[in-house]
Amino acid sequence: MTYLYAAYAATWVIHIAYLASLLRRYTRLRKEIEELRRK
Amino acid sequence: MKRLFPILGVITAVLLSYALYEALVAAPTEKTMGDVQRIFYYHVPSAWTAFLLFTINFVASVLYLIRRSSVADAIAVVTAEVGVVFCTVVLVTGPLWARPVWGIWWTWDVRLTSTLVLWLIYVSYLMLRRFSTSGQTPLLAAVLAVFGALDVPLVYFSIWYFRTQHPQPVIGGGGSIDPHMLHVLLINWIAFLCFAFLVCWSRYRLERLRREVEEMQSLESMLESRGVR
Repeated sequence: MTYLYAAYAATWVIHIAYLASLLRRYTRLRKEIEELRRK
Repeated sequence: MKRLFPILGVITAVLLSYALYEALVAAPTEKTMGDVQRIFYYHVPSAWTAFLLFTINFVASVLYLIRRSSVADAIAVVTAEVGVVFCTVVLVTGPLWARPVWGIWWTWDVRLTSTLVLWLIYVSYLMLRRFSTSGQTPLLAAVLAVFGALDVPLVYFSIWYFRTQHPQPVIGGGGSIDPHMLHVLLINWIAFLCFAFLVCWSRYRLERLRREVEEMQSLESMLESRGVR
């Protein structure tokens, strides 16, 4: 059962890590747009 | 479209939860491998989803080569990136299934090696797109994607034509599957497809935004160089 839970947990860790990276990139782009608009 | 996203998000979350319940609780326990066989319900749909995304990447890359369409180019980037995520899941869950069943984490047979090569090709594709500063990057990436896509059928059909450690395909191959297991497998695949669609949608919006920022930045630097500001 350890391997089973490890596989399921690993799957969601990978997906959540990717979603977090998308969110981080989105926040950075929004900041860049605000800075460009201020200029 | 903005209203559709949260609705699809809720439907996907419900589907994923139901698919998880079916995989861990409702699906029958396999006689030889026991509960560890349930990794199958995440491993196989992730592989199918990755293959589908790489196929879309191939089509989008060909379209880019023919029409130089920026939409096709954006779709190619998005599907390659999300495909790599799903392929990573396959490469992580595979050894976690192999260790208790085969007694080894990894073996250099055709199926496993070609899957690793597939992952490496698309990681190279993403690195090319990330670090190349040439104006020809989308063109080079599209050519790489067309060659990279050749590995997809090799991975899929390798277990038909080569003697490998990996089991035969359960659909359309020499293997067979219990109808209830097949039902759970398909539910998980549908759930992962919906999830992949939503992730691709988000990534596509991000890509459009990134291109807008790039355009704004190049416009700004052009104005600065002309001394407008």
